[in-house]
Order: sequence, then C-alpha cells, then structure tokens
Amino acid sequence: MLVFGFMAVLPGDPARVALGVNASDEAVAELRRQFGLDRPLPTQYVDWLGGLLRGDLGTSYVSKAAIGPQVFDRLQVTLLLVVAGMLIALVLAVPAGTVMAARHRRLSGVALSALSQVGVAVPAFLAGILLIMVFAVKLGWLPANGWTPPAVDPVQFLRQLVLPALSLGLVQGAVLTRYVRSAVLDVLREDYLRTARAKGLRPFPALWRHGLRNAAVPVVTVLGLQLATLLIGAVVVERVFVIPGLGSLLLDGVSQRDLILVQDVVMVLVVAVLLVNFLVDLLYVALDPRLRTGSR
Amino acid sequence: MTPDVLTVQGLNVSVRDTQLVSDVDLTVGPGERVGLIGESGSGKSLTALSILGLLPDDVVPSGSVRLTGIDHDLIGADERALSRIRGRDLAMVFQEPMTALNPTMRIGDQIAESMLIHHTQPTRTAARAAAADLLDRVQLPADLLRAYPHQLSGGQRQRIVLAIALANDPALLICDEPTTALDVTVQALVLDLIVQGVLARSSALLFITHDLAVVATVCERVLVMYGGRVVESGPVHEVFTNPRHRYTQGLLAASNLEAAAPASGRTNLQAGTASRPRLTTIPGTVPAAGHFPSGCVFRNRCTHATDLCATTPAWSGTPTTGYACHHPAGASHA
Ligand SMILES: Nc1ncnc2c1ncn2[C@@H]1O[C@H](COP(=O)(O)OP(=O)(O)OP(=O)(O)O)[C@@H](O)[C@H]1O
Ligand SMILES: [Mg+2]
Repeated sequence: MLVFGFMAVLPGDPARVALGVNASDEAVAELRRQFGLDRPLPTQYVDWLGGLLRGDLGTSYVSKAAIGPQVFDRLQVTLLLVVAGMLIALVLAVPAGTVMAARHRRLSGVALSALSQVGVAVPAFLAGILLIMVFAVKLGWLPANGWTPPAVDPVQFLRQLVLPALSLGLVQGAVLTRYVRSAVLDVLREDYLRTARAKGLRPFPALWRHGLRNAAVPVVTVLGLQLATLLIGAVVVERVFVIPGLGSLLLDGVSQRDLILVQDVVMVLVVAVLLVNFLVDLLYVALDPRLRTGSR
Repeated sequence: MTPDVLTVQGLNVSVRDTQLVSDVDLTVGPGERVGLIGESGSGKSLTALSILGLLPDDVVPSGSVRLTGIDHDLIGADERALSRIRGRDLAMVFQEPMTALNPTMRIGDQIAESMLIHHTQPTRTAARAAAADLLDRVQLPADLLRAYPHQLSGGQRQRIVLAIALANDPALLICDEPTTALDVTVQALVLDLIVQGVLARSSALLFITHDLAVVATVCERVLVMYGGRVVESGPVHEVFTNPRHRYTQGLLAASNLEAAAPASGRTNLQAGTASRPRLTTIPGTVPAAGHFPSGCVFRNRCTHATDLCATTPAWSGTPTTGYACHHPAGASHA
C-alpha cells in the first residue's frame, strides 16, 4: 500500500518512460488506457490486490510480459545468494563467538573481538568491491561477476557464488559473532553449567552439551532479523556483481517506473520476511521446551 | 584406623590481593557426616568449591586437598584429572535448585549423563534404567524422566540434583546449603533423602549450612567457620552444648536450637520448630571480604576481646576437636 502510493507520486509517468521521450502524446495516452493507468489510484490498487488473490502478479508496464514467472525465477537466485550468505555468516560466527566468549580474558579472545568489530563497520557493497579487487582483479581466482544457474553448470555456479555470498556473509557474520559471544558468555555464567562441570564434564564438552542449545535461543532471534537485512543487502550486492536476482529486478523496476513490478517484488520480500519470522518462532519452540504447551 | 575420605590442609583461597579463606584444615572420615557452619560471607562455599576445583577463574586456591583413592593432590591438578574425579568420587549439591538443571534437557538424560560420562553404566539404556531407579530412591515417579526442569517444583528439582550427585556412589558428597532455597515442609524431606542417600552408599558427607538445627539433625561432627577461618570444631553435641569459641557461643545464642539431638544413623527432623523466649544477636555485622581484623578475626565483634586478641590465636585441642580463641568460654583455668 505504502509502496503503491509512493511510486504513484514519484515524478515520471510509467507509460512515458516505457515509450521513450519521443513518443507522441496519443501513444502515451493509449498505453495508459491499456494498463488502466488512467483510472483512479484506489481502483488500480484494488485491481492489483484482486490479481494477487488469484495468484496473478499482473503484467509489466515495460516489457508487457506476465510478472509472476519472472519474479519466481529471480526469487530463486536471491534465495540461493541469501542462504549462502547466511551459511557463511553462521560458519564464521558460531565458532568465533564461542571462542571469544570462552577466552574473553585472554589475548586471543580480545583480538578476535576487535577483528569482528572492524567487520561490523564494513558495509556489504564495500566488502563486495574489496573482494572483487583482491580475488577477481588482482589474483584472478574467481569471476568478478555474472550468474550461472546451478542446473546449467554447478562448478561455474559455485565459482560465481563465492564472492557475492562472501560479501554478504562476512559482514553479517561479524555482526552475528558479537551476539553469539554475548549469548555464550551468559550461558557460561549459568548454574547448570557448573552442575555439568560437577558431573565430570570438562569445560568445553560442558559448554557444547549444555550451553549451545541454550545460547541458540537468543541467537536465533538475531538470525531472523538478519535475514531481513540480508535481503536488503542482496539488492545492493546483486547490483555490484551483476546478478539477475530479485534485487536487480527491483532496481530496474524503480528506474523504469514499472509500478506493478516494484509492487510485486516488495510484496514477495515482505512475505519472505514474514515467513522467516514464522520459522524463527517454530525454531524457538523446538529449542526451548519452556515455550511448549504454554506451561511455565 | 581407616584413612580419612577427605583431608584438607592449610587451604588458602585468595582473589587478587584479598585473602578470602585462610589456613583451613578439615578432615572427613569414611561415612562420616560433617557440618560446616558460619554466617554468610565466612568462606564456606569457597572452601567447598576449592575441594571440587570449581572456583571462578580469578579466585586462586593453595594448600592441599587429598581424597581417598586418588594418588595426587586435587589443588593444582589439571582439568583432565579433576574431571575424572568430579561426579564419580566427589559430588556436590548446590544451593539454588531452580537454576541448577539445564532447562533444555530432559531430566532422565541429565541423570543418565553422569553415569555415561564415567562409564559406570555400559549403555544408554542401562543408564536410563539406573536413572529411573535413582528417581525412585528420591521418591519421585519414573515418568519424570521425560519431563523438563520447568515442569518441576524447587523441591523436586533439588531431589533430581541429589539423584545426579549420588548416581555414581561418590566417596564424598558435598551439600552447600541444599535446603536454604526450599520451603520448610520440603526441607525436612530433602534432608532426610540426603542422609538416607549417604547412609545407603556409606558415602561421607560435608554439609554446609548456617542453620544450626539442621546441622544438629544431620551431622555427627561440626566445624565453625568465620572470616575465612575454622574457629572451632568437634562433635556436634559437644560444640553445641559446650561451645568454647566466643563466636560459636554467639551463634548458638542467636539461633533457636531446641533440644537439638545429634543424629546417629536415625535422624530427628523436628528440631528448630519450638522457639526459645530470648534470642540474642551477635553485635555488629560480618565485615566484607578482606576487612576482617588482624589477629583473631572475630575480635571487633567480641565482647571478651583484649589486646591479646591482636595476635592470631593458636589452635587448642586435637586436630578434629578444638578451638582457636584466647578467651574461650567455659574455661576453668582462664
Ligand atoms: N569471585 C570472588 N571475588 C571476590 N570475592 C569473593 C568471590 N567469591 C566470594 N567472595 C567473597 O568471599 C567471601 C566468602 O564467600 P563464600 O561464598 O565462601 O561465603 P559463604 O560462607 O558461602 O556465605 P553464604 O552463606 O552467603 O553462602 C565473601 O565475603 C564473598 O564476598
Ligand atoms: Mg555459600
């Protein structure tokens, strides 16, 4: 709704943009009628909503093609990118955060802590550009941009995925590390960890068997929030790495005043975030038995 | 004479420059039940945690802690050696049952784990069965095995912690104020289960509390701690009827100990309910750690203190029965 109103008041007429500056006023008016752009905004909005309910994402003003299949294709690309980024963040953050917490009095823990602080401050697109400069331009190990679907060429897919996924994952990993660290620090102070030690578990096994699942509860919250951040990060990173994902589609849509397209992409992103939040809630219940059956 | 189960000699505990526990000697014989009493802040928990090797990182013990059957000193031993002893030869029940159990693990798994760690049960199934048996011994139904801690009351949780501690028939069980957090009706049951538990295994018991009535019902011998030092020790009935140290005397006067009969196998759990008419309190408060006076640690609160008390009083009596006071109570010669 907000997006709809916002796009509508932006200067620039979708029909005019679609046809080019030299198009005659008659042609523009004709196109406007064809897309229903001459009708009042509320009517356009209701039309679009009606389409959604029938599973129809509508037709692009610019390409005149159905948007549904295109959004679906692009969504797969973006999801692959985001999931890869998330995995990199997790693989980085869980061990690093745990070590930082377990050795928070020692030099190694403090050094890691400082390093993650630097990581937090770097925006994803900058990380992307730096990665391209080092690994693609200087070392030539990996392609600087492009996208190949995994079904077409899995090796090329992975090679092209590494840098964009890293630029998303490194930054989120640095942020996540700090949350893992504080969650593990909290758990280390818990009485049940002392009980575990008193049973005869050594410090690390005690933390592994009794601490990890408890520390995971607050971390999962952050993870859910981070997925939203990652989706936004993906928009920018797709631009930097020329990846045909939902982000590039969104940016194209905005620059071409393709109202319906932008509307659809934003809606898909919002649904994705809602779905993630739902999954996070399910995960909570799986992790923490105190949340089950409402008993406290 | 059989060797003692636990022998602590010259135990000191300090954090940075502050000494928290000084020169503690303590022994517990096989199957013996020894109480450790004293006001809050007197160093009881630190003594227990030193024995177990579970002091916080910045708190450092020195001295000697020997356990029967273990051929090395526990102070200064490495984690690997200590973790083999903890939970098998030496077990502990902590004060706060509400937080002592892992909230995300089933009760049965938490009990079975201690037997699996030390391989006292060969398989997961055997350990599970043994856990059910342990539950029965603490008078809880076997279907609690599948429960999570939040579904249990404080008293039930403390019985689970006790079951975990007793799982491997330890030579010594240490209980640090195990019933302080429980309401009175549950206290008696938990105390009874502790005593039954150690009796059934002929385990020795080191029982920490500041409730004299509890000591009187549970223990045979008692050590009185104040300011990080043991100021008096001896058989419960002797110390409680004829205290020598002025601090012990003050503690007794301040507590409502009614006909506290020392336990001998059978326990009397009704102590401490009837109240005495007049209770006196020890003047002043326990100083903060590191702010106890030099010499006799009690002298700034003691009505009998003289200049002599500025020197540390020597231990009078035998290692297991005696006191450290310049002006002992009930002395015929002083
Ligand atoms: N990690 C620590 N750092 C500094 N001081 C400490 C630390 N742990 C304990 N102390 C101090 O040592 C003293 C003895 O503590 P301890 O916990 O052994 O007392 P306690 O006899 O068990 O008392 P309570 O009955 O309250 O449990 C207290 O004054 C306490 O403040
Ligand atoms: Mg204590």
